Formats: sequence, structure tokens, C-alpha cells
Amino acid sequence: MTVVRDTWLIFRHNVRISLRQKAGIVFGVLQPLLYLALFGPLFATIGTWEILVPGLLLQVALFSAGMAGFGIVFDARSGVLERLRVTPAHRVALLLGRVLGTSVTLLIQSVVLVAAGYAFGLRAPVPGALAGLVLMILLGIGLAALSNAIALTMNPDAFAPVMGTAMVPLLLLSGAFLPMSMAPGWLDALSRVTPFRHVLEALRELFAGRYATGTVAAGVAVALALAVACVAVGTRVFNRENA
Amino acid sequence: MIKTSALSKTFPGGVEAVRGVDMAVEAGEIVGFLGPNGAGKTTTMRMLTTLLTPSGGSATVAGHDLVTGPREVRRRIGYVSQGGGIGPADPVGEELELHAMLYGMRPAEARERVAELLDLFSLTGLADRPGGALSGGQRRRFDLAFGLVHRPSLLFLDEPTTGLDPQSRADLWAHIRRLRDEHGLTVFLTTHYLDEADALADRLIIIDHGVIVAEGTPAGLKGGTGTLDDVFLSITGRSLRDGTTDEGR
Repeated sequence: MTVVRDTWLIFRHNVRISLRQKAGIVFGVLQPLLYLALFGPLFATIGTWEILVPGLLLQVALFSAGMAGFGIVFDARSGVLERLRVTPAHRVALLLGRVLGTSVTLLIQSVVLVAAGYAFGLRAPVPGALAGLVLMILLGIGLAALSNAIALTMNPDAFAPVMGTAMVPLLLLSGAFLPMSMAPGWLDALSRVTPFRHVLEALRELFAGRYATGTVAAGVAVALALAVACVAVGTRVFNRENA
Repeated sequence: MIKTSALSKTFPGGVEAVRGVDMAVEAGEIVGFLGPNGAGKTTTMRMLTTLLTPSGGSATVAGHDLVTGPREVRRRIGYVSQGGGIGPADPVGEELELHAMLYGMRPAEARERVAELLDLFSLTGLADRPGGALSGGQRRRFDLAFGLVHRPSLLFLDEPTTGLDPQSRADLWAHIRRLRDEHGLTVFLTTHYLDEADALADRLIIIDHGVIVAEGTPAGLKGGTGTLDDVFLSITGRSLRDGTTDEGR
């Protein structure tokens, strides 16, 4: 099982690197925490913390895992990626180890955010919150794999502006800040096309303590399908000769 | 150790970077692979190290077919790219241990091998430093350590001394010679420095416009009269540093 061993080695190495970059972890969760502190009390007058906190978790996932490709841009520039590609390590391990490493960072940021949410007034049942964190990890795997694939495919200088620009509409369309049920019909329909709305709705169900529902099943299925598809695409890009 | 037959590479858009290369490298040889910028050196080396898939022809590297057994080839070769492969922020010793374990070494074995290489390349005490805190010469010696960590039988070096001061270049040459003499390592290197090719290589292979245009020992090519610069100019019509960039070719 060299794939598993190689994945573990790359994963462990990437976690060590991530944990050394404490500033990156802190700044990744700082913006959602500010939303929680400065927007939360306002939102609480029309909604609940169980609606807002899952939205902020999605924001963390999009901006943390979605920007994971930055790391591979640096590794490609410094020659580290090419050095690894000449080893006999499996290509899927080179990607998956890196992606799972990103998920650990996302998990830390998500735990901090949920803990802060409880301090502000979140009343989600603990099993629901834990299940939500698992769903976030699944989403993070898909997003990080896609981000790495995009980073290897496009002009490295364009990666940050393109991804930054793409993340904002995706976040708004997910209904992170206000439920899309309040949106006009066309916007509601458009948001249903994005996978993030389905994942977010499942997350809100879990935070509300409802587990065996169609919404949860749909959200988990979408997150799982996204993870499998994005890892497959990412591995294909890693295998490509000029990647 | 290396045998190619009509090896070629055509990039999308129809650019023929390598057009039917036939060559053979014997075990224990140091072979200098020379050519002007854009001649096809880097493309050939990237194919031989499995980083590029050939468009045509065949090649056996370290006893395995390049196309059907790339992982077996990777297990047996070391590769040091022109720019090296050391990140600026991570401790090099840790990176080196990971690299060793990706070749199947157990953690204790990897640590032992890393210590051995640090000693071999006079890098002891530098393992905890991030790549960005190393001098050019130290970085290049670490690059060599990465290429050798799994005790390959064949080492590819792409422009190994570019950007190094004369002392560091001389040190690196000494290391390469010692590896061949003491460990029987086969070395296939590209270089822009004819003095380096002259001093290091047992045999030279010259490529131009994607085809091999000459090969022989440095003394044989010089014929006892000219310099390698003269030989190179007469064969290719260009000096070694003329032409367009070799990037991506």
C-alpha cells in the first residue's frame, strides 16, 4: 500500500509546514470571527446563530481550502514540485497528502469559529456541530484539490485575483449571509446550480439538530461527489507532463 | 545505462524540440550533454527523467523502458534540476528525510542516510536551516544530496554549477568525480561551461536543432589542436551561449 504510505508522508509533512505558519491559520479565521463579532449581533435580530455560523464556516472553507493552490504555486516556482515528481511516489499521493494537510488547517479554523459561535450564543447540539465539521472537511478536500488543479493549470500570477474574484459570488450565491429562500426567483434558481448552497443547507440542518433529512443527504452527496471529482481532476493534472 | 533510439518530442503547436536522438551511455561514465540554447538539451533530459513523455522513438534508462516503466526508472535515477528543488522556508534536513522516505526508506534509515550525506557534502549543522538561509554553494550541495539520497545508479545534472563562484564550482566538480570514482555512479550532465565539460566529462554528446551532431571524448573532439570552443563553433555554427532560451524546449 505505497499510495497510503506516500499520502501519509506528504500529509504529515504538509501539516508540519502549516502548523509552523501560525499567522496563516490565524488570519484565515480572523475575517469570519470579525463577521461573527460585528455582523452576528445585527444578524441575530432577524435570524439565528444556527443560520449564521454555518454560513461563516462555508466562508472559511472557500477562502482557506479554495486558496490552497497558493502553496503549489510556490512549490512549482522553487522546483520542489518537480523534485517530488521525479520520485517514485504515486501522483495521487502527492495531491492527496497536500489536500488532507489543508483540511487539517481548515478543521482548526472551523473549531475556533464554532467555539467562538458558542460563546456568542450558538445553541447547536454538539453531535450536529461535530457532524458539520466532518462535512466541512469533506468539502475542504474537494475545494483544495480543485484549487491545486487550477493553480497548476493557469498562469501563476493570475491565480490569486481569479480565485479571489470567483470566491465572492460563490459565497453570496450559497446563501452564507442570508438564506436564499429570501432571494428573488432567478437568484434562488442560480444559487441551486452551485454545490455550496446544498452543502450549506445540510450544514444548517445539522446545526439545528436534524440529521436524517433529505437536505442533509443531498448536501453530503454533493460534498462527496465534489471531493471525488476534484481529486480525480487534480490527479489528472498532476499526471500531466507539463504540470 | 541509457540507450535511446529515434527519441523525439514534438510539442503542441508542432514545435519539434527533439528529432530522433540515438545515444548510449555506459555505466560509470560521466557524459556531458552540450548544445546551444534551444538545441533540445533540456527536453531530452526531461524525457529521460520521466518528466516529459516522448512523442516517438524509445529509450531504456537504468534498465527500464521510459514509457512502460516510468516508476521503475524513477526508483533508479537521481535528478538535480537547473534551479534546484529547495523551498525557501522549510528546514532542508526535514525535506531531505521526506525525500528519502518517498523512496521507501524507514524513518531511522532515512535519518541515517541524511546524516551520511550531510557529512559527505560538508553540510553538517545546516540541516535545520530553511533553504532561503543557505548560500548558493550550500544549496547546490543540498541539491546533489537530494539527487543521491536513494543511492541511484544514474544521476542527471542539469546545469549543475550555473551561478556558482569558482571555488564552489571546483568543490562541486570534486564531489561529482568522487561519486563516480568511489561509488561507480553514472553521471549525465548538461552544462553551458565548456571548461566544465572538458574537466569533468569522459565523453561529450553535442545536440543541435534537436539532433545529435557530434560525440566523442573531449580530447578526440579537440583533435589535439583547437579548444572545445572552436570545436563547438565549427560543429554548430554557434557559440554555446548563442540562440534563444532553452526554457521549455
